Amino acid sequence: MSTIKELELLLTKGRITRREFIGRVTALGLMAAVSPTLLSSTAKAATPKKGGHFKIGITGGSTTDSLDPGTLTSNMNQNVNWQVRNCLVEIDHNFNAIPELAESWDSTPDAKVWTFKLRKGIEYHNGKTMTAEDVVYSINHHLGEKSKSAAKGYLKNLLNIKADGKHEVIFELSGGSADFPFIMGDYHLTISPAGTEGKEWEKGIGTGGYILEHWEPGFRALTKNNPNYWKDGRAHFDEVETLSIVDTNARTNALKTGAIHYMDRVELKTVHLMKRMPGINVTATTGTAHYTIPMRLDQSPYGDNNVRMALKLVVDREQLVKQIIRGYGEAGNDHPIAPVNKYHAKDLEQRKYDPDKAKFYMKKAGMLDHTFNLHAADAAFAGAVDASVLIKEQAKKAGIKINVVREPDDGYWSNVWMKKEWSMCYWGGRPIEDMMFSVAYSAGAPWNDTLWNNERFNKLLISARAELDTDKRRKLYVEMQEICRNDSGTVVPMFNQMVEASSDKLAHGPISGHMALDGMRNGERWWFKS
Amino acid sequence: MGQIIELVVKRIALGLVTMVVISLLIFVGVEALPGDLATAVLGQSATPETVAAFRKELKLDLPPHVRYFAWLGGFMKGELGNSLANQRPVAELIGWRFGNTMFLATSAAVVAVPVALILGILAALYRNTLFDKSISMATLSTISFPEFFVAYILIALLSVQVVIFPSISNINEQMTFWEKIHAIVLPSLTLTLVVVAHMMRQTRAAIINILASPFIEMARLKGIKRMRVIVLHAFPNALSPVINVVAVNLAYLIVGVVIVEVVFVYPGLGQLLVDSVSKRDIPVVQASGLIFAATYVALNLLADVMSIISNPRMLNPR
Repeated sequence: MSTIKELELLLTKGRITRREFIGRVTALGLMAAVSPTLLSSTAKAATPKKGGHFKIGITGGSTTDSLDPGTLTSNMNQNVNWQVRNCLVEIDHNFNAIPELAESWDSTPDAKVWTFKLRKGIEYHNGKTMTAEDVVYSINHHLGEKSKSAAKGYLKNLLNIKADGKHEVIFELSGGSADFPFIMGDYHLTISPAGTEGKEWEKGIGTGGYILEHWEPGFRALTKNNPNYWKDGRAHFDEVETLSIVDTNARTNALKTGAIHYMDRVELKTVHLMKRMPGINVTATTGTAHYTIPMRLDQSPYGDNNVRMALKLVVDREQLVKQIIRGYGEAGNDHPIAPVNKYHAKDLEQRKYDPDKAKFYMKKAGMLDHTFNLHAADAAFAGAVDASVLIKEQAKKAGIKINVVREPDDGYWSNVWMKKEWSMCYWGGRPIEDMMFSVAYSAGAPWNDTLWNNERFNKLLISARAELDTDKRRKLYVEMQEICRNDSGTVVPMFNQMVEASSDKLAHGPISGHMALDGMRNGERWWFKS
Repeated sequence: MGQIIELVVKRIALGLVTMVVISLLIFVGVEALPGDLATAVLGQSATPETVAAFRKELKLDLPPHVRYFAWLGGFMKGELGNSLANQRPVAELIGWRFGNTMFLATSAAVVAVPVALILGILAALYRNTLFDKSISMATLSTISFPEFFVAYILIALLSVQVVIFPSISNINEQMTFWEKIHAIVLPSLTLTLVVVAHMMRQTRAAIINILASPFIEMARLKGIKRMRVIVLHAFPNALSPVINVVAVNLAYLIVGVVIVEVVFVYPGLGQLLVDSVSKRDIPVVQASGLIFAATYVALNLLADVMSIISNPRMLNPR
């Protein structure tokens, strides 16, 4: 149910496009009731202007970053990668797969063989023309024994990839995958000229809207507008300068003094002050990102679902949302599917803080005397240590003892996460249910951080993957979310919004919640008003 | 003079031995840290399979001593090798950053050293007056605050309240010399405030110490002005301890400014070293560590030579 007021709000906030707005309002038969100024002002903003030097201050950059698509591990190289390169498929702000370098795609009815038709006559920055061979090369870069790519996991069921002529690529999968095009929209799977290897990745040769001029990892990237860019209505700036500014205060000051136009990860403790600053817009975007607290089921006593249930019930999500992320997010329901995901089970009952019930389950498990070690470092997410201490206090009410073990940030992902019995973790989320579940919840997945193995869940995962009928798929995914909520080893306390700030000289369309920085494509999607 | 040359040669030889020992310590230190480059770079997205492939590609699967001697062999031939993380030559990664570090350190030193010496002399001259106490208090206050706090205060005052200087100092090669100077005023000022106290207090103390000597008494009795006594009679004799403190502070300006670099987004060597350690990128850590070690060795040597030159008794020993 959307009323016209809600739609207006969505439009002004940029959550829906002008076209969607008109469509939905017309469907309500309320077009005449729309304020005339609303559409004219957004219409003005919706005509992108060319030019300008756009400066982004970004977190996570490190001097050891690389533009090798296999190891894009920071916000900075992910953003620069999409300034200079494209994928076959783009994921838009509504989490739809739309054509990028592929102009269309099709599959056999069992969703096992996928054929992608490539756009013709697309040139790389070095003048070479993109062919099917490049696509095969770029995807193969993530496969095979020698590959160190983080995307290897997504491509596990890819049996064979081959070029059919210059403009068609055929993917053969071991099992049906209805969402395969989304995987081709993953930020690792950008297309580069065949033969690129080693140091050549750092040149950033791609088909993207900007050409790499300078690349100094962990400090600065400068890209210039690609005059040959093939995509309509995109890449409006003359130059994009991406600066690694690790310190939040430095980013804030830089934005305030006009040294940058855009910053990610606003400090939530001071965001209310930032909102009052003239000339600065703060945007909070709901996406798929969420915090998790995985328990290793192979370690006692987490194998007992009574224990898991008790620990899930003892987490006061409302308080965590209020205290840790200052209201910029919403409570999680112990499964990783975000409210923005297509098949989110919105009718599933929200898990609430219930110390009595928690005590009941813990007693049943006979573990009321046990002290649970919760391992935390802010490397997991900003505020992870505070969150752990809060949970420890919340658990006291149920008579459950939690001991917070502070871990060093350095090496957190290799020494604590997945190694310790119960630890803090963060997931950026995935645009589709299948990717999220396959990557971290299916049996045997390398990042299944709880070693959870639920037979019914695993079976449903495979049937849902191959199911092309959306209603049937919805049913399957809803059931999976329920199983996950009631049985898995992960507490999902909250989904956090991405809070970013930008100069009011900038204009933009609807902001994507797919990844930070407008789906990591703000360089391509944003522009200066004048 | 011969004595100085002998000292320099001896010290440089000893310095080289020190450097080899340091390189071994750095290597062992980084090896002792949990994890390696493959796990550190892949982070949350590491799988046993990708980590193994990564290690193989970078030859991290070889035993540590083989890797150390391979590195040492290359280093002896003047090859610094490539960064493990992104295959860029270490010399290219470090070269311009070291230049930037020296640029910032020099700019701070050019202001801080004369200011500290002059303030020190004045403080000794007007010992125990309100002036002496207030500059002691002011400089000790600035050294007592953490660097980042001084930096934020300066940004708040001179970049946000009154827009004179930029809050970030992301200098690049397209900028002219004066643009660069304008961009680094705030970090340079921060460092100046942080190092002045130490040098100023040492100068003051050394001069006051000398003022108790009989030859100063003699000069006073001859009726020479107080200022002249201090500048021409006392100060030259107080130089030796002052030079040593100045050397320590100069070394600090080169090797110890990571926090200032982070706050001002300055592309110096410190951030590179921190990132490389956290990612276990040994060739880069080695090269930066050795540059820092060499800085200390060279500045200490310079301080000793200067002390000898400034002291006729040591210059012409009987």
